[in-house]
Amino acid sequence: MTSFWLHPSALLLVGALVLPFVPKALRKAFLVAVPALSFLDVLSMQGNNGVYGVLQFMDWTMTFGRVDNLSMVFAYIMTLMCVIGTIYGLHVEDPAQHAAAWIYVAGALGVIFCGDYLTLFLFWELMAFSSVFLVWFRGRKESLASGFRYLLVHTAGGLLLLAGLILRYKATGGDLSFGPIGVDNPQPYTWLILAGFLLNAAVPPLHAWLPDAYGEATVTGSVFMCAFTTKTAVYALARGFAGMEILVPLGVCMALYGVVYAVLENDSRRLLAYHIISQVGYMVAGVGIGTELAINGTSAHAFAHILYKGLLFMGCGSVLHMTGTSKFTELGGLYKRMPRTFLFTMIGGLSISAFPLFSGFVSKAMIVAAGFEVHNYWAAFLLTLASAGTFLHTGLKVPYFIWFGKNNCSQETWERAGDPPMNMQVAMAIAAFLCILIGSYTPYLYNMLPYQQAAHAYHPYTVYHLSETMQILLFTALGFFLLLKKLAPEPKISLDLDWFYRKGGRAFFWLAQNPVQAVDSWWGERYRAWGLSGLMAGARLSALFDWSAVKGAVDGLASGVSSLGGRTAREHKGRLDESLATMVLASVSVFGLGWFCWMLWR
Amino acid sequence: MIVRFIEFFRNRMALTIRASLVVLALVVLADAFLVSKEHAHAAVERIPGFWSAFGFVACVLIIVVSKWFGHRGIMTREDYYDD
Repeated sequence: MTSFWLHPSALLLVGALVLPFVPKALRKAFLVAVPALSFLDVLSMQGNNGVYGVLQFMDWTMTFGRVDNLSMVFAYIMTLMCVIGTIYGLHVEDPAQHAAAWIYVAGALGVIFCGDYLTLFLFWELMAFSSVFLVWFRGRKESLASGFRYLLVHTAGGLLLLAGLILRYKATGGDLSFGPIGVDNPQPYTWLILAGFLLNAAVPPLHAWLPDAYGEATVTGSVFMCAFTTKTAVYALARGFAGMEILVPLGVCMALYGVVYAVLENDSRRLLAYHIISQVGYMVAGVGIGTELAINGTSAHAFAHILYKGLLFMGCGSVLHMTGTSKFTELGGLYKRMPRTFLFTMIGGLSISAFPLFSGFVSKAMIVAAGFEVHNYWAAFLLTLASAGTFLHTGLKVPYFIWFGKNNCSQETWERAGDPPMNMQVAMAIAAFLCILIGSYTPYLYNMLPYQQAAHAYHPYTVYHLSETMQILLFTALGFFLLLKKLAPEPKISLDLDWFYRKGGRAFFWLAQNPVQAVDSWWGERYRAWGLSGLMAGARLSALFDWSAVKGAVDGLASGVSSLGGRTAREHKGRLDESLATMVLASVSVFGLGWFCWMLWR
Repeated sequence: MIVRFIEFFRNRMALTIRASLVVLALVVLADAFLVSKEHAHAAVERIPGFWSAFGFVACVLIIVVSKWFGHRGIMTREDYYDD
């Protein structure tokens, strides 16, 4: 292919760099124009499948632009969500927040279009390092800690991925291409790469970062975060691991796990975060089933999910933005104060619950049908059970305890409550419209799915499916109202597996401060005495030639992160600067070490 | 407009509840007598009103099991991590 191809990430990255210099008067127009252009850019690729943007970097071929049916459906919805998310955040004055969100989306799109693991890894890390700012910009003490945990977990996940791709590179004699990995004959590297992907898809036990970070991110930040990280991982799984059977039970467990924690949750945004885990469970199970119908279902559900989950986060984010709280025990009875927000959130709730005429109905059912088709009844019935839970929480609990139910609002909350600024309402209206469009006019979504034949052979609107869905949903509602007392929110938090690193981290610090410190200073003494430093200098020198290749990329990223971090630190004072520098240094050296090992090994 | 719509139902709560129950009954009756079961995946689905029972039991199970699980020490005070 010789025709001109422009990477949508390039548009967003350049946009993010230019944004701070755009005069204030033009800024809003610029904010809409850049994501809109990247969306148009993706639209222009429709019907032009092929491989573009192939670059020779040292010994490796880096492929930036694999345009095919699977990448297109994800790129389409991601750039569209970027437009909606940016409109939702138009009132935010700080350009850095927009820039961080765009860089994050650019990372996601980079993964979607890449054709090799090296490119994938670079964009994968770009996502983690840019999205963490969407948490930090919240500016609370908790968000700082939560962001660091997020970064640490994703650094660990990135390392698993890196280790896997290095092993694979060695085992296959230099193969970096990113495609079906051979799920019938899994190797150690298969499991490592899978673990890296599963962490980003928030598959338990690697999931606790998600509610932790998304519940703590800025109002606009969480709208972006809920759309990109997990769905990029779903794409990566669909690309590499279709038909990997272990993913079916994992996905089913995920779907149920999210539902259980959502019952306990008192914070509406954390509840939605647990429901991401639940919904991504369907997609992971779909990848595990691996048939054409299942992969179509996974793509369709990811598409629908990005919109309705974005819409739900926008709705609950509006409540947080206006009232200052997102906890059920501090809200209630707001329908008179925020009627439009209620309506939009309800549309999101009906979509995620798979009500007929709403988007979830035409996407989720495809995965369940694929499960029945391969006679995996356990999976299909349990996923159906989880979908009752979805309606129970997102369609009933969230709207009921925020807009109806007992009024727990303080005087101040009640007075502050009201529908949010116009730009936020417009963004919600667009998302709500699309949710209904997808559900009511199936060709819009089905014509984009990767396997066209299977997509056209599937019909969601059969009498039986309608009857089945309506029975499940309406009787779930009956159960909800009968057990309403039992569901009343409690001002509690629920311990999840992040307990291990939140409490375990303290044990680590104690170890670091006491025994390890003692060993370290003893070793330091010996080290100086024996003059090992000369040896180390030699080692560094010999490493130089290898380092120079990767230095550019790593350094660029590091200095970007640390300069942005410096800004955050100045805004929030405290010791962020110091810890950030340590953090960046630590992660860069860990990755550096990984690279170095690779170089030596080759 | 949205508020008026909501209040229309809130002001007629008893009627709304009765109407909802009628809808529930109709859905089950339709399933028992009208809906063709040729698309059913498993034999149990041919029981009239199977999915109604499934939905209701699922909902109750989810609430009871989760709350039971939560009260085994998983739910804790909000400042648990603060100290």
